[in-house]
Amino acid sequence: MRARMIAAHIALLIYTLIALFPVWVVVINSFKSRQAIFREPLALPDADSFSLIGYQTVAAQGDFLLYFQNSLIVTCLSLAGVLLFGAMAAFALSEYRFRGNALMGLYLALGIMIPIRLGTVSILQGMVAAGLNNTLAALILVYIAQGLPLAVFILAEFVSGISDDLKSAGRMDGLSEYAIFFRLVLPLIRPALATVAVFTMIPIWNDLWFPLILAPSEGTKTITLGTQVFLGQFVTNWNAVLAALTLAIVPVLVLYLIFSRQLIRGITSGAVK
Amino acid sequence: MFKRPHILVFLAPAVIIYTLVMILPLFGTLRLALFRGDGFVGLANFQTLFGDPRWSAAFWNALGNNLWFFIVHMLVQNPIGIALAALLSSNRLRGAAFYRTAIFIPTILSFVVVGFAWKLILSPLWGIAPNMLDAVGLKSLFAPWLGREGSALTTLALISVWQFVGIPMMLIYAAMISIPDEVIEAAEIDGITGWSQFRRIKLPLILPAIGIISVLTFVGNFNAFDLIYVSQGALAGPNYATDILGTFMFRTFFGFQLQLGDPNMGATIASVMFVIILAGVCLYLFGIHRRLRRYQF
Repeated sequence: MRARMIAAHIALLIYTLIALFPVWVVVINSFKSRQAIFREPLALPDADSFSLIGYQTVAAQGDFLLYFQNSLIVTCLSLAGVLLFGAMAAFALSEYRFRGNALMGLYLALGIMIPIRLGTVSILQGMVAAGLNNTLAALILVYIAQGLPLAVFILAEFVSGISDDLKSAGRMDGLSEYAIFFRLVLPLIRPALATVAVFTMIPIWNDLWFPLILAPSEGTKTITLGTQVFLGQFVTNWNAVLAALTLAIVPVLVLYLIFSRQLIRGITSGAVK
Repeated sequence: MFKRPHILVFLAPAVIIYTLVMILPLFGTLRLALFRGDGFVGLANFQTLFGDPRWSAAFWNALGNNLWFFIVHMLVQNPIGIALAALLSSNRLRGAAFYRTAIFIPTILSFVVVGFAWKLILSPLWGIAPNMLDAVGLKSLFAPWLGREGSALTTLALISVWQFVGIPMMLIYAAMISIPDEVIEAAEIDGITGWSQFRRIKLPLILPAIGIISVLTFVGNFNAFDLIYVSQGALAGPNYATDILGTFMFRTFFGFQLQLGDPNMGATIASVMFVIILAGVCLYLFGIHRRLRRYQF
């Protein structure tokens, strides 16, 4: 038993090293001078080899602050849309019996399996026709549509778990259906909302396809697209490339470490069965 | 429904956005595939795609590559994910939360970061990969894997496996910890432990989860684009050796270098992808999902 535990730890440790090694190499080398990057790629930066030249290049060249701001706006507004509209639809589907209820649920669930990317050609044409190409609004709309199916599916399960007594008591007190949703139901499904938020956020923040196609202009680039373009231009400037990669890794990593318990609890609690 | 307007109000925003931005464009794309410019041409675009030697060679190349990309995921990613989940869920393992969190980290990174970081690590210029192989006496094995036609696609598939192994790991882990302790204890009393316990008790119980990760892998792989685009460019080099349906559709739709963009052919490829993905999902839903017995405890 003991020996087996040790073997399990060794196997897991090896895999953890495999998972973290590339990230580690990129981050430590981003703080080194060019010579040190090539001479001893696996060494930690020391007084001799420490250099911020890569970060200076990034700061001088790219509009990373703007890209970052764009990504933040797109992610936050998409997230707000997915959570609010998703919770409203989930509430309607699981609270009220009406004709077409099951059909509507199935219709919304279609998008869980069929990727929205397949409609890209028409999405671009539609956005151009609506004058929304090269705006953040186009991205936000697409990401809301992309996130809704799974959000509705997961939230409906949680909403239907809320006790009927509570809602009946609310109705007895003369609360409108809207008040019941916003004042009673929403606060109760906050943990589920957090889970859905983490699920939804990561693909939006990391997406390259839609920013590349719908909003590639300089003013609307997201951080993912901005990094990609920057890396393409500075491909031979290793300091700048490593610094840009580190800047792209760190915020996501910090957010992940803060929310990882929520994410993991969300996955393991059977939210995706 | 009309007597209770609040139902409409609750449903409207989600249904309207979803319909306008997702469902209608999906059908719009299928429709575009039947047109050339403004004229309706029936299935002529599909005839071009499958019949014209230049198009069909590119298409079958992309489809074949995509299939190989998927096979590598099924053979490498999912077994590793299952093995990690099995190790993590063995009882009384300390530090499971730490391993879980750490192994999931690559999954949250963007393709841009993953593609480029690996490109640097595998680069013969930097020498991290050759030096590490040298340290274990295997330097002769090193080759510029991403630059060779024979190995580029497999290398990229393995990079993608590295990135996404966290997803099967988590889903299988969730399935394994939901197996009740009594079942495991009963097995142990009968002397079934270790590997045979995994194979004969746990594996049948996690089959539904394995079905789910298979279909998720399928949909994700046949819809992939970013990793290839980031590390090999839209031309999916070397010599289209890493071209998959996603990059093929992007190049066709947008054009690249001397080739002009062609929305109709782009839509045609998207329609074929739609059919492939739909077929895979249906096969899962009606063929596999139904046949897997669900164990309810």
